[in-house]
Amino acid sequence: MIKEYNTVREIVGPLMLVEQVEGVKYDELAEIELPSGELRNGSVLEVNRDKALIQLLEGVIGVNVRDTKVRFKGKGMQLDVAEDILGRVFDGQGRPIDKGPRIIPEKRLDINSSPINPFARDYPSEFIQTGFSTIDGLNTLVRGQKLPIFSGSGLPHGKMAAQIARQARVLGAEEEFAVVFGAMGITFEEAQYFIQDFQRTGAIERSVLFVNLANDPAIERIATPRIALTAAEYLAFEKEMHVLVILTDMTNYCEALREVSAARQEVPGRRGYPGYLYTDLSTIYERAGRIQGRKGSITQIPVLSMPEDDKTHPIPDLTGYITEGQIVLSRSMHRRGIYPPVDVLQSLSRLKDKGIGEGKTREDHSDVFNQLFAAYARGLEARELEVILGEAALSEMDRIFYKFADSFEKRYIAQGENEDRPIEQTLDLGWELMSVLPRAELKRIREAFLDKYMKQFDKKSALTS
Amino acid sequence: MKQGKIIKVAGPLVIAEGMQNTKVYDVVRVSEQKLMGEVIEMRRDEASIQVYEETAGLGVGAPVYPTGEPLSVELGPGLIEPIYDGVQRPLDIIRSQAGDRITRGIDIPGLSREKKWEFKPSVKSGDKVFEGDELGTVQETVLVLHRIMVPPGIGGVVKKIEGGGHLVTDRIAVIEGEDGKDKEITMMSKWPVRVPRPYKEKLMPNEPLSTGQRVIDAFFPIAKGGTACVPGPFGSGKTVVQHQLAKWADAQIIVYVGCGERGNEMTDVLIEFPQLTDPHSGEPLMLRTILIANTSNMPVAAREASVYTGITLAEYYRDMGYSVALMADSTSRWAEAMREMSGRLEEMPGEEGYPAYLGTRIAEFYERAGKVTCLGSDNRTGALSVIGAVSPPGGDLSDPVVQATLRVVRVFWSLEDKLAYRRHFPAISWLTSYSLYVPNLREWIVENHGEEWVANVERALAILQEEAELEEIVRLVGLDALSADKRLIMETAKSIREDFLHQNAFDEVDTYSSFDKMVKLMELIMLFHGLSEDALEKGVPVTEIASLSIRERIARAKFIPEEKLDKIDALKKEISRTFEELTEKVATEA
Repeated sequence: MIKEYNTVREIVGPLMLVEQVEGVKYDELAEIELPSGELRNGSVLEVNRDKALIQLLEGVIGVNVRDTKVRFKGKGMQLDVAEDILGRVFDGQGRPIDKGPRIIPEKRLDINSSPINPFARDYPSEFIQTGFSTIDGLNTLVRGQKLPIFSGSGLPHGKMAAQIARQARVLGAEEEFAVVFGAMGITFEEAQYFIQDFQRTGAIERSVLFVNLANDPAIERIATPRIALTAAEYLAFEKEMHVLVILTDMTNYCEALREVSAARQEVPGRRGYPGYLYTDLSTIYERAGRIQGRKGSITQIPVLSMPEDDKTHPIPDLTGYITEGQIVLSRSMHRRGIYPPVDVLQSLSRLKDKGIGEGKTREDHSDVFNQLFAAYARGLEARELEVILGEAALSEMDRIFYKFADSFEKRYIAQGENEDRPIEQTLDLGWELMSVLPRAELKRIREAFLDKYMKQFDKKSALTS
Repeated sequence: MKQGKIIKVAGPLVIAEGMQNTKVYDVVRVSEQKLMGEVIEMRRDEASIQVYEETAGLGVGAPVYPTGEPLSVELGPGLIEPIYDGVQRPLDIIRSQAGDRITRGIDIPGLSREKKWEFKPSVKSGDKVFEGDELGTVQETVLVLHRIMVPPGIGGVVKKIEGGGHLVTDRIAVIEGEDGKDKEITMMSKWPVRVPRPYKEKLMPNEPLSTGQRVIDAFFPIAKGGTACVPGPFGSGKTVVQHQLAKWADAQIIVYVGCGERGNEMTDVLIEFPQLTDPHSGEPLMLRTILIANTSNMPVAAREASVYTGITLAEYYRDMGYSVALMADSTSRWAEAMREMSGRLEEMPGEEGYPAYLGTRIAEFYERAGKVTCLGSDNRTGALSVIGAVSPPGGDLSDPVVQATLRVVRVFWSLEDKLAYRRHFPAISWLTSYSLYVPNLREWIVENHGEEWVANVERALAILQEEAELEEIVRLVGLDALSADKRLIMETAKSIREDFLHQNAFDEVDTYSSFDKMVKLMELIMLFHGLSEDALEKGVPVTEIASLSIRERIARAKFIPEEKLDKIDALKKEISRTFEELTEKVATEA
């Protein structure tokens, strides 16, 4: 028999204080019955003697002190899972919103899973081809990695994420990725873009969507990524699927967290975000990975918009310290009409070295990557110089690199929204672009590869084509 | 002991009443699940407990069992090879018992109770021993001879000593103390992690810790027994630097603490280290490495403990007379764990929400490093070097953790994202980094590598400094405005940066550079520079020097394997010859 309390004492922000409770557990799920009879969910944030502090996932509008009833469920928040969740759309708490049938649960899983033992992890090393040259060639994604997209408002991160979801595949393996999509506080249009894109391409059949829109309760967003990842873990580690998890937009998630922290009057860390933001984010991001002896994997692509495009803002900053690299989008490239507007110099994939090379992509990959990168960096320096001094002041060598940077942006970075470039093509394109550079400048490439791959390109053709 | 009762649960912080018999920093077991926790504050009979495991599901009224002991680690043979979590529970055994995920309430001792070790006594009955004296040895791994020492505070006459195969908990010796009481000694001992282990005397560090990384060994060396910090924004390669040091530093024991690290990175270490061989001994590196992993999603309080666990294990091996190096990656996560607990305790915050005692804790931690005369009659010396990574938000060095760390450490390897974007690795800035050990080490370096090396290093640093100044000018007026000798400085600086400082951690050969190789590479570059200066005086145009094809071979010299270093000497001769030809050519043309 579950006890019912009508001893609500305080309602402040998204929080509610209940008194004279007994046996309440930390992090327990609470069911709140409003005077109107409506039911809402909450979770216990703190128990202190006979008081329990509850965070209301769906807001406090309509809750009053006198008539509201609270029941504690004796367990944490759980998600019903079954293989049928594929192809379905749920709200931010995992309730179907696509007018489809109820899910008959095969299992109920706690949405906060225990950490994976580092000893049980398998190192991510299988190359994922996304069809983007900037990712495959320069910031290689591997199975089990967490690689966020650092974006800004107005940049095409949604388009990119959808394209990745559409094109991602592992070479040699025919299986496709299952996609788990967790939306936190994004607009209706953004969400529709994904849903329609998935429907159009048939990807919806192997996708699960959890959608919390901008006008949905903000606090619910704290649960959404955990619910999405619980579904992903089920698919990956129990149903042996390779799962790609897209979480967008993490900034909204962090803001919900800040709202709760502020309501609790906690000592704030930077910019008012709670001091435990790092720990909290890590419990989301660290759920990516592979486990030894299990077939499935979870690869995460969280999307976050950097406030004022500032990479040192706490959200991108702490994210970057947890994730294995980042894809940074650049506003200036976007303005110049380059899609995807990836800021190559600031982007990084920490796991690329394990996923590239002979047997995975191609033997020359690492050298090509290093050289392209260095050459492009030098080209940008020359471009800076040109802005100040004019083109005439550039040395001959600078001019070559200056032109290289231009063609690199236009031909290597830029590609079409439906262009799925195989890795071979990406690598060959790299060689072609580098062929305008003097051989003595290609210090980062081993002699043997220079001999083997460079000869197919006529020195002059690259820039003119 | 009398058990207490939980009255409050807020995240990792639990408050219990009825705890009047407990001491601050005692370990307690929380609830029926026996979650491990540590008392960090007492008010009347109420104890604030930081719990090392997830607290979801705990409620008011659940019991709290005092253990009466502070947080301690088990010391003895068997520390090397398992991988521990922040409170010294072996993760491999956790996996075999609990599965792929770390569930709660697991209680596994740090040292195996089943494994027998072959103990060889080095004293006999009737011998008089003092604290720290060696009672005998155990071959822990091929690389590590584990000395079983008389524990601190014990001394007297050996009444009994038993060699042969023993469990760590078996009695191996009996010592009759001065008070006439017998003390039984086992191979295993315990030590509270927050208390530094004692030694006889601290010494000045005067020998460099070779790391195989050219920018460090040449420009900013760390001494054996020294302290260093590596701050840098994410993506600047802190972890790679730490891994490189753990792989190649010539310490006899490496303790690697992954504090709030990425799970996949720890797995990388676990998979990669057993495959790497130690360049000094040819044996797998794992046989001298102790790993402590607290990934970022593991409980925050255990993260706070992990650095103390690590340094206590490191001190234990130092006490055996070894040179030990501890890498902590990252101390910012440790500081954040402190901040998180401090916030939950509702303490008045200092800078950026960090507790006011942040600086003290950091200083205490780094001060546990050092070169010491160990306890024991043989006056052996041991050294403990500590290298801490710091992850300041946005790479901002005014961060309180960086500032508190810089006040105590003597080497500063400043990682710059600007260098990392240019893919210059290790991205250690040659302009802002420093090592205060250079004067201490000078004598040793001159003795081992000669005056010329010291002069070359100073010259190289000066050239790089000058390059930075010239770059400003170039940015304003262009490269052509520089005089020929200044152009040469720019060219040489570029060569130092690209051909010497740049080191590819993922290249089989380049990943490690012996001192010999480093000296030879530097000689190549400085020889080229010196000859170029002469050539300039003789009227050779700087563009001609810059376009010499032999420069490409200098650039590739770092990929010459250690066993073929004579190739570098051959290259030197060729450089001289090239310049002779060049000056002759110019002379005849004129």
